[in-house]
Amino acid sequence: MYPDYQNIFTQVQVQGKPEWGMDEQGNNMMEERVGTPRFSTLVGLFGNAQLGPYYFGWTTMVAFATGIAWFVIVGFNMLAQVGWSIPQFIRQLFWLALEPPSPEYGLTMPPLNDGGWYIIASFFLLISVMTWLLRAYLLAEQHKMGKHIFWGFAAAVWLFLVLGLFRPILMGSWSEAVPYGIFPHLDWTTAFSIRYGNLYYNPFHCLSIVFLYGSVLLFCMHGGTILAVTRYGGDRELEQIYDRGTATERAALFWRWTMGFNATMEGIHRWAWWFAVLTPITGGIGILLTGTVVDNWFIWAQEHHFAPMYDGSYGYEDYGSYQAFIGQED
Amino acid sequence: MLPKWFDKWNEDNPTNIFGPAILVGVLGAAVFFAIAVISIGNPAQTASLQTGPRGTGMSVPEFNVVRFAADPTIEDYYTEEPYIPEGGEDLARDIYENVQVLGDLTEDNFNRVMTAMTQWVAPEEGCAYCHGDVDLEEYGNDDLYTKVVARRMIQMTQNINENWDGHVNANYEVGVNCYTCHRGQNVPSEIWFNVTPVTKATAGWASVQNRATSVSQATSLPSNALEVYLTDYEAVNVHDLESRVAGVPNDEDVASIQKTEMTYSLMNYFSNSLGVNCVFCHNSRAFYDPGQVTPQWATALLGRQMVIEMNQEYLMPLEAEYPAERLGPVYADAPKAACKTCHKGYQQPMQGMNAIADWPELATTEAPVYE
Repeated sequence: MYPDYQNIFTQVQVQGKPEWGMDEQGNNMMEERVGTPRFSTLVGLFGNAQLGPYYFGWTTMVAFATGIAWFVIVGFNMLAQVGWSIPQFIRQLFWLALEPPSPEYGLTMPPLNDGGWYIIASFFLLISVMTWLLRAYLLAEQHKMGKHIFWGFAAAVWLFLVLGLFRPILMGSWSEAVPYGIFPHLDWTTAFSIRYGNLYYNPFHCLSIVFLYGSVLLFCMHGGTILAVTRYGGDRELEQIYDRGTATERAALFWRWTMGFNATMEGIHRWAWWFAVLTPITGGIGILLTGTVVDNWFIWAQEHHFAPMYDGSYGYEDYGSYQAFIGQED
Repeated sequence: MLPKWFDKWNEDNPTNIFGPAILVGVLGAAVFFAIAVISIGNPAQTASLQTGPRGTGMSVPEFNVVRFAADPTIEDYYTEEPYIPEGGEDLARDIYENVQVLGDLTEDNFNRVMTAMTQWVAPEEGCAYCHGDVDLEEYGNDDLYTKVVARRMIQMTQNINENWDGHVNANYEVGVNCYTCHRGQNVPSEIWFNVTPVTKATAGWASVQNRATSVSQATSLPSNALEVYLTDYEAVNVHDLESRVAGVPNDEDVASIQKTEMTYSLMNYFSNSLGVNCVFCHNSRAFYDPGQVTPQWATALLGRQMVIEMNQEYLMPLEAEYPAERLGPVYADAPKAACKTCHKGYQQPMQGMNAIADWPELATTEAPVYE
């Protein structure tokens, strides 16, 4: 007999009459839902077995239309770069990119083949992302929910805006924006760190890393804890907040005896939400300060006494020669 | 198939055999691999060449199988000790016609160098590769481009050994001769040509990158780094030396992200050419800081200046001499050299073998000194 809880898949699936959602306030909400709901056992292994219906209001339509416009502009620019050859497009897909303008154009509109398409595509992407953000707000409003998810997504949008809009404007050049390409955006990231004297010495970058890795750790601790006390009803987390049962007591004892402190059924979700949200917020601050307020983070860190200097003794004479390293010398 | 008493016994005595089987399997495999590694040795064993202060992680790691493998081209290296002149011999410039280089050599030594050059550059074609399929009396002719180029290459080799001593003899005498680049081939491997712009559909910054070329070392980094930094003295450094410096990316002295990617592309080429990583020359926490670089940094800096001179004064002016098939496949430019043309992926070309020990004629632009 294998223990059921040691499984990466969801163990309980509910299938039956599909849930259609509410439509009782005369607000025509049903009209904005598309797709006939159905059930998938495969999908049920990962989450809810019911697929659809899908909310397709005006925000969805605008975000999709502009998002697709961005996607197509990027794709066709890549295709043009390989001479409209589909095999070359597939072969070099990870190398190709739609690049921002050359530096000499500053904040003016460049020619289409030197960043002009990038500006147009970025405009569509901006509308798409901002509409999607509004969608998260309006959906939460319709469900009479808190706006936590909207603010969480807004934190990510903040970083997106810093990279593509706020910082380029402050720097006085669209050429500072990030290219739309798989490898090229990684080239940009590396160059950004090198250009500004090592981003690891940017304290906001440090904070962002702390919150990112912290989010991962918290997610793992929380998921593990709840799965471990599911047998005592611990998966009914919300009820456990105001009516604490043996599941909560056991989970709390486990962590308090492990590290002297424990979150609560409510508090752990606030921890997780803030860690996740602070990752892009601090990261965005760090990016925004780079090149605008600080141009060399290593020197900045030395001025603020948190990058140590060595004692001066490099001791090169002890390092050994290349000849010895390749075994050609005793 | 099995006896009934066996099936019945199993039914009466249900046992979980999977748990113990997995446990025994895992433990058994662990013991097996432990014994294998101890008795055969770890095939992926590495060693590190320390390049910086202890505790800073500055080292060049290498798999032992690679580290102890000899450069295969060393085996085919041809060399011959010089004939020490006794004085009074006739010199090559008096014996042969049209001797513009190596004229100070005695006949024996002149022919010794000619033989070696044949072995190094055209072992299959022989003398005819440069002199043509003609009688010995006509060897003075400059009919073939190969001979004109070869003469210029001899001058380049002498110049490198004499004036770039700080690079080619940085640690001890290594020097260069024809074989350092050619390794028995008419055209050396790892030469390079201009490839930018790489697209017709774009202009400016977008047109010099995002293509897996040999010049970009198959990365998406700019493909014009060698062209910009190794044919002219364009500044490579991109850092500000104060924590705050005013200016926008279009200013003359403010390096852009684009400029930084070009520098990164060049540095990546350096690394691949020598089979080393960043911390062979730099302390990666502050790439720009001359107070934290290693001694190799200065050697590499000199190497860059040397390559620029080679390309500017020797290789690029030969463009008119070459037939079309020797010119660049994209922009029909002259073949050019860079780090990898000599180093071929090793820290020192031919793993530090002395290439001028037997060849004082190639080590100086003056009359050779025999010892």
